[in-house]
Amino acid sequence: MAGEPLGMLSACATGEAIGSGELDGAECLAFWAERAGDETLNAYLWTGPDDGGQRIAGAPVAVKDIFCTEGLPTTAGSRILDGYAPPFDATAVTRLRAAGLPVLGKTNMDEFAMGSSNENSAYGPVLNPWDRTRVPGGSSGGSAAAVAAGAAPWALGTDTGGSIRQPAALCGIVGLKPTYGAVSRFGMIAFASSLDQCGTFGHSVADAAELLSVVEGLDPRDSTSTGIPGGLSRPTASDLEGITVGVPRNFLEVGVEQGVADRFAEALKTVERLGGTIRDIELPHAELGISAYYVIAPAEASTNLSRYDGVRYGLRVPADDLVEMYERTRGEGFGPEVKRRIMLGTYALSSGYYDQYYGTAQKVRTLIVRDFEAAFSEVDLIATPTTPGVAFELGAKTSDPWSMYLNDLFTVPMSLAGIPAISIPAGLAAPPEGGPQLPVGLQLAAPAFAEQALIESAHALEAAIGFDERPEGGGDS
Amino acid sequence: MTEGLPDDLEAVIGLEIHVQLSTETKMFCGCSLSFGDPPNTHTCPVCLAHPGVLPVPNRRAIEYAIQIALALGCEVAPRSIFHRKNYFYPDNPKAYQISQYDVPLASAGELANVRIHRAHLEEDAAKMVHIGESGRIQGSSGSLVDFNRAGTPLVEIVTEPDIRSASEAREWGQLLRETVRQLGVSDVNMEEGSLRCDANVSIRPRGSSELGTKTELKNMNSFRFLEKGITAELDRQAGLVASGERVVQETLHFDPGTGALHPLRSKEEAHDYRYLPEPDLVPLAPDSAMLEEARKSLPELPEAKAKRYRDELGIPEAPAELLSVRAELAGFLEAMLAAEPDLEPRVAANWLTGEFAAELRRKGDPDLSEVPVEAAALASLASMAQAKKISHGTAKDLLTRMVDDGIDPVAVVTEEDLGQLSDSSELEAIVEKVVEENPGPAEEVQAGNEKAIGALVGAVMKETGGRADGGEVNRILRQALGLG
Ligand SMILES: [Zn+2]
Repeated sequence: MAGEPLGMLSACATGEAIGSGELDGAECLAFWAERAGDETLNAYLWTGPDDGGQRIAGAPVAVKDIFCTEGLPTTAGSRILDGYAPPFDATAVTRLRAAGLPVLGKTNMDEFAMGSSNENSAYGPVLNPWDRTRVPGGSSGGSAAAVAAGAAPWALGTDTGGSIRQPAALCGIVGLKPTYGAVSRFGMIAFASSLDQCGTFGHSVADAAELLSVVEGLDPRDSTSTGIPGGLSRPTASDLEGITVGVPRNFLEVGVEQGVADRFAEALKTVERLGGTIRDIELPHAELGISAYYVIAPAEASTNLSRYDGVRYGLRVPADDLVEMYERTRGEGFGPEVKRRIMLGTYALSSGYYDQYYGTAQKVRTLIVRDFEAAFSEVDLIATPTTPGVAFELGAKTSDPWSMYLNDLFTVPMSLAGIPAISIPAGLAAPPEGGPQLPVGLQLAAPAFAEQALIESAHALEAAIGFDERPEGGGDS
Repeated sequence: MTEGLPDDLEAVIGLEIHVQLSTETKMFCGCSLSFGDPPNTHTCPVCLAHPGVLPVPNRRAIEYAIQIALALGCEVAPRSIFHRKNYFYPDNPKAYQISQYDVPLASAGELANVRIHRAHLEEDAAKMVHIGESGRIQGSSGSLVDFNRAGTPLVEIVTEPDIRSASEAREWGQLLRETVRQLGVSDVNMEEGSLRCDANVSIRPRGSSELGTKTELKNMNSFRFLEKGITAELDRQAGLVASGERVVQETLHFDPGTGALHPLRSKEEAHDYRYLPEPDLVPLAPDSAMLEEARKSLPELPEAKAKRYRDELGIPEAPAELLSVRAELAGFLEAMLAAEPDLEPRVAANWLTGEFAAELRRKGDPDLSEVPVEAAALASLASMAQAKKISHGTAKDLLTRMVDDGIDPVAVVTEEDLGQLSDSSELEAIVEKVVEENPGPAEEVQAGNEKAIGALVGAVMKETGGRADGGEVNRILRQALGLG
């Protein structure tokens, strides 16, 4: 590391340097705290740092504001939790602290993780560091933008239908969503409980994997947690010999921008150059994923968000009677997208409609799970572009929810199946209407708990693709 | 028979009973259970429904629920599902209660000829206090919530509508309460709310198999009030039918003070609970070891005990029933029989539920542990009486002294020479003397007034200090008077 500027040092290398005594932990933290404090993308809702007087053993972590942090503001991007400071840490945060990784700050996000552009935050949108007129993606947009802009070495996010992979793709960094159950959801504010999963952002596969290895693990406080059997070790693969990568061609026919399609095609050639095999596969029900997702996720969200009622904590708008207090508190506390999904979900669960909507969506989910099982009997990994397009302009899709939802077309099926997936940068491309060169993401998905295999291949591909671009003003500037 | 219902109508009653389990901690968090502690002293982020918290099921609560299920003869589902039952109210911190819906823990049971529809696990709500005269939320100037109770484990037991009268509902409810009490899984205290009972009540033409429109009576806090409430509701429904009106499905609150039934506001009950499988919990799948453990830990329950006492021990119906629901007395009985193998169970049970119970009542029904009478001592007493070693009167006097002073009946009989006069020549001599000294009654008896013999029996008993057997005295007297 000698002579390398701290901001360009990988998070893994930073930890090693602190471990060997070459780098002072407190100095490192101060450096990143200044970076976080200076950023102008609205990526953070709160910056500390919060070292809690603990030992510093590695690079500090930007934490999505969806994770409860004891005594520190935690809003999930919502007005309804304005001023709320939880009396406990999320398990993922507890694990960071135990590993000597301080919380650098709390990052901006779409309200309750509902969104694909970060425009649904009650605290203003996050700007994309590659082009400040564009969105960083969402819902973990603050975490992705902070890492991409060099305002954090790495970050925690959550992914419900693509909320890590999509912003990672749009910001030109690595985003890793593990198998459902790998990381405890305790203290992670619920959006859609059967889909929500904690994951990580980094500049490299190794960094993202290293951070995941810190936070993963079975937690008695989360009955659905399992951890990753065998844990994770640092990826070392340099080729894809013997690896078969499936490509669901039919699924990819709709609406992919030319620039994205080109980078994806090049990535597949790189797979072959590394000794891997490309095979066409079918995911017959994947295209129904978005429809199923937008029943299941709002249904769960409608009940998860009912606790924000003004009775015990957070915002309360006083009124003359109980029902009016509920209505005014929730009316003023929630933003339009959250209200839209609460209404969708409430409708989908209401008496007489349950089977038609929720029941049908669950059946589709089962079919998608089977699609993946069938595919993984033939291939080791599945590759898609992470998103159909590059980062779009602020406001471009806010009036058309469906076009916004289609951003998650390629990421939602993996969430419904609960399988691990990663987005790595595949290069740059201009948007169809012309404009600046913007990052394109390549998504790789693997069978449940095959995280190690996933990161090995992603690591080899990452090296071969050799993406080392950083947005202007990002990196060590 | 049904109270007050015309002969052509029949009552159809089902009960819904909520039992608070007496576990150390709450259903889904580590908070300890409490009753009567200062408000909001048993809470944590989980039972206050802070953002991001998750439920973790209480293993002991599951074990207790399985014990209840087995005690009620239910089938335990190999894999039952927790659901969210959604409704907004300040006593419901998550705005959903974790309960069970289409796949409950237990189903298809039976207790004393009443079928159990289902039994499932859920969590209790918080307690609300409304400031103001009515004690209801309407018109109150404010409401306070105590979350100590929020998350207490509950088992909800739902019967089929197999009960046919208000008194049967009370008796069956009492049997259920005793059954659960003897499992040791709940305090089953209705006043404190650890057992709560709702009733679904309807009427129909006798002989019909269809169900009439039912009303629900909420939260009766004793089985006596349950009986009164059902009686009042049956009267009301019969009155409606008699005047050509229809019964409307509604929820009613019974005021035991006035005997009146008040409909709860329809707004309070018009819920679409939007049940959703609880995504934060995996299915509840008790393994065979857990089931076996629960089966082994079941004590002999009242229904089975009453049957055994009747059929195997020959104890009459009334004492058998009484002993079966009073575990402490039943334990006493078993100890008596073990101490005196020759003591007939029928005799032991009669002493226990008759004279001994009367002595306890005289003492204000203390706990058996506070009474200085050992089972073995009572058994000795009953044995002496059974063998006619002492007279019934002597035995009763001794029992009073045992309960008051803890005397040893065997020692006292010897010391005070209270043994029954078994030597008939001694008794004959006393009879002769008494007949001589009381010529008046003797002549009356001989003249045909047999009732007058009572005075002579009394005189003989007095002369023997109550040690003579009444039957024997009678026999010898009649012989002496030439009535033999
Ligand atoms: Zn608690």
